[in-house]
Amino acid sequence: MSVLIDKFDVFAGGFWLTLQICVLAAIGALILGAIVAVLRISPVPPLRAVGTAYVNIFRNMPLTVVMFFAAFGLPALGSNADFLRIPGMDAVFTRLGTDLPYFRFALIALVLYTAAFVCEALRSGVNAVPAGQAEAARSLGLTFGQNLRYVVLPQSWKASIVPLGSVIIAMIKNSALVGFFGVVGDLSQTADQLTSAEGYAFIPVAIGISIGYLIMTVPLGALLDRIEKRQAVAR
Amino acid sequence: MRMKRVAALAAAATLALGLAACGDNGSDEGTGSGGESKSFAAGSTMERLNKAQAIKIGTKFDQPGFGLKGLSGKPEGFDVEVAKIIVKELGIPEDKIEWVETPSKVREDVIVNGTVDLVAATYTINDTRKERIAFAGPYYEAGQNILVKKDDTTITGPDSFKDGTKKVCSVTGSTPAEEIKKHVKDVATQLVLFDTYDKCRDALKGGQVDAVTTDNVILLGYIAKDEASFKLAGENFTKEPYGIGVKKEDTDFRNFVNDTLEKAYSDGSWKKAWDDTAGKFGAELGNPPAVNRY
Repeated sequence: MSVLIDKFDVFAGGFWLTLQICVLAAIGALILGAIVAVLRISPVPPLRAVGTAYVNIFRNMPLTVVMFFAAFGLPALGSNADFLRIPGMDAVFTRLGTDLPYFRFALIALVLYTAAFVCEALRSGVNAVPAGQAEAARSLGLTFGQNLRYVVLPQSWKASIVPLGSVIIAMIKNSALVGFFGVVGDLSQTADQLTSAEGYAFIPVAIGISIGYLIMTVPLGALLDRIEKRQAVAR
Repeated sequence: MRMKRVAALAAAATLALGLAACGDNGSDEGTGSGGESKSFAAGSTMERLNKAQAIKIGTKFDQPGFGLKGLSGKPEGFDVEVAKIIVKELGIPEDKIEWVETPSKVREDVIVNGTVDLVAATYTINDTRKERIAFAGPYYEAGQNILVKKDDTTITGPDSFKDGTKKVCSVTGSTPAEEIKKHVKDVATQLVLFDTYDKCRDALKGGQVDAVTTDNVILLGYIAKDEASFKLAGENFTKEPYGIGVKKEDTDFRNFVNDTLEKAYSDGSWKKAWDDTAGKFGAELGNPPAVNRY
């Protein structure tokens, strides 16, 4: 088990990079997921179709395949995902701005994939709001946007926060895949590095990276539990 | 009616299998006599394997020229041929070898856990690995080199990565990946690691990286497949002695493998193994490397 102490800096570095990609992917997935959810519940049929198609494609495709398309399909189309080199952001998240595009590719894949689940979690929340609420708002003359913003979404939030948290936890664990698509130095790739290049036994290293993931997921889970309890009181 | 037919088929199949098994036993006696003529010290690994008339060998299934499992269903390559030379010396027929796929990251574990009896899998001898297992050999000395696009003149060797602009790809957890880290200015912006070299080659073709680095023999395999697109940049800049991995405490078995390798050097079977496999890519074999009996 001495590897955990000897190589603490390697584990810490891996943890930091995984945390970066998870934070960015969570932000991206929440934004994109919210947009797709609005499409899916919009009153305009073609928009609804687009939202449904998106969810059907990305929810039903394995993440590995999405990663493959991002890491090897985008370059074939001539894109290095340079639009993600957001000024300011790349000062904090240094990997966003590098010439090597694989961090951006992995981020795109993770966001596209997770957004489908975020969309469904949000939509289930919206469906939990009694239909009378939206009808009442409409009869008051509120537009679709106003209806969502002032009546439906604030109430749906309560019902969707817990499933949303589960989606994000799943996404953190899914991020273990990025190390196999060219992102050097995240937690999972760190394990590979320590076991095969530096010859450490696999089990202690696996325990080390598991601790890394647990540090991210367990507090998030505990937070969700608390929110759920508070909601129970509010009701 | 249907059931009956299935049952009959099954019975016939069992019968055929039984017959086949009998046939195997028969042929075993024939080759077995060759095996019995060899005698090994009591209690040694050689004696155990010879008695069992079976051996498990770890090799790569995805390494052109060294260990590649193709349509034949059996791995083929230089590592495989060298392993066969050792197995022959143990008095075990070739068809009694059980090949086990050992990608880079499990090689020590399968030896330590006893999943296989020996590992021949482009296995570079180094001190970290010697802490957990022991190496016989080396039986080949490769060297790290750099693969670039044919029209690239800016990369001439490992020092071309020092200024921090050129990007390079290798395989995660491999020795060449560790080596090139010493030559790049910033790992985060210059180094990409994948699980296979095929992905690196695609990245080089697509222009995401400027070079692929690993042992010369592997790169020569890619050039052999696509001479119009790739070339090597400069000379080998490391020495990668490939050894045979055995259990750390099993010095007798290690000495036996070393003896066998030396014998194979002198009787020409080592050179023949090379010419039939990796030699086809145009890699130089050179003189036999002296085995290291540490």
